Amino acid sequence: MSERTIRLHVNGRWRELNAASNRTLLEALRELGYTDVKSGCEKGDCGACAVLLDGQLVNSCLVLARQADGRSVTTVRGLGTIDDPNPIQTAFADTGAVQCGYCTPGMILAAKALLDACPDPTDDEIREALSGNLCRCTGYGQIIEAVRLAARRGHGAGEGGRDED
Amino acid sequence: MTLPAFELVEPRTLSEALRALHESPGAAPIAGGTNLLVDLRGRRRAEERLIDIGSLEELRGISLETGWVRVGAGTTIAEISRDRRIIEHGAPLASAARTFAAPAIRNRATIGGNLIDASPAADSAPPLLALDAHIELRSIRGKRLLPIDEFFVGLRRTARRPDELLTAVCWPLPAGRSAYRKIGRRKADAISVVSAAVRIVRDEAGVCRTARIALGAVAPIPVRAREAEGALIGHRLSEEAVAAAAGFARETAQPIDDIRGSAGYRRRVVGVVVRRLLEEIGERGNDE
Repeated sequence: MSERTIRLHVNGRWRELNAASNRTLLEALRELGYTDVKSGCEKGDCGACAVLLDGQLVNSCLVLARQADGRSVTTVRGLGTIDDPNPIQTAFADTGAVQCGYCTPGMILAAKALLDACPDPTDDEIREALSGNLCRCTGYGQIIEAVRLAARRGHGAGEGGRDED
Repeated sequence: MTLPAFELVEPRTLSEALRALHESPGAAPIAGGTNLLVDLRGRRRAEERLIDIGSLEELRGISLETGWVRVGAGTTIAEISRDRRIIEHGAPLASAARTFAAPAIRNRATIGGNLIDASPAADSAPPLLALDAHIELRSIRGKRLLPIDEFFVGLRRTARRPDELLTAVCWPLPAGRSAYRKIGRRKADAISVVSAAVRIVRDEAGVCRTARIALGAVAPIPVRAREAEGALIGHRLSEEAVAAAAGFARETAQPIDDIRGSAGYRRRVVGVVVRRLLEEIGERGNDE
């Protein structure tokens, strides 16, 4: 099976890799060290692998790495770090919206995509926006509260994708 | 689980894609991949060659052309859900797009992919049946337009020939009023248990001149309930006419039991949904 070199602009930095035709974006990102992108159901049901691809929320398990060649990818680390968190990340911490943490990167990116498009969402809009992200610790109440809080505080709109270094 | 091995052909233009499909007619076109990659990973499909049409600009976009709406097959469900022209001239399709899976899927899934997958529960199918849509298929031999009710030929089977690519869906600017409803196991990110789209054209006296009633997830293919449509022609949307149409819609349904619902539930609910949609159109008054 043929490989070819592709370039991904991840969190503000160009990264190169050899991508076999059946390599997913999820696998490519994790191999590059972006283990904040989680592998869950691998069929688009759970949202753990969500990233922003050119600013749009996608499940990276359902994108071929080659289909992302030359495009911009934002993972949750690209939104902010422990030392310099994005307001959505702070709101998740403040409301206790994180339990085991596995769904959290996808939840935060889904919230980011929502708030970029709709800075003052209703509860129904929040629920709809997070409907493709499953939390098995049953923490939805706090997660929805976190998105509400981030919206109230002004979530730090913008493209994201800053350099993490 | 990793994806099985396959070769990925990456055409840069539509004509290169059609050439590639002509040379390997067993190949599977891939755009958003939200069905195909899941099926490959689950070993329900086993194509050894994929043709990536996901970046072909020629397949994208929505346009109004002398009395017709045209949507390129590569247009995403998210784009359709918020496009003003679709909201105005394809309201049931816009409604279906808004309740299609979840946001991350809508950003990748394309209308062409939803149709070619030919699931009985394909969300875009009942609205397009109600809109009298046509499917545009291209190969290096040329182009043909197929009425959508001739496109679905059996469970997950379509009239697409192996060297053809679904390139667009189009429909005449619709007359009348339309409505759409999807019943799922939850309000968002659900596969249809039952769905229905209706479109009704009435004259000045409120008498139905054209009726379209299309059903999803209640038969091997998305279907029009033609007897139900016939029961409305020549009548106002009276309680009796609506009840008769709902009854015929129940008879058209040939549902199965599956993990999402029983056949009995589907048969019962499809009648209720059709009745409510017709009542909704009736309450919205006569056509302008």
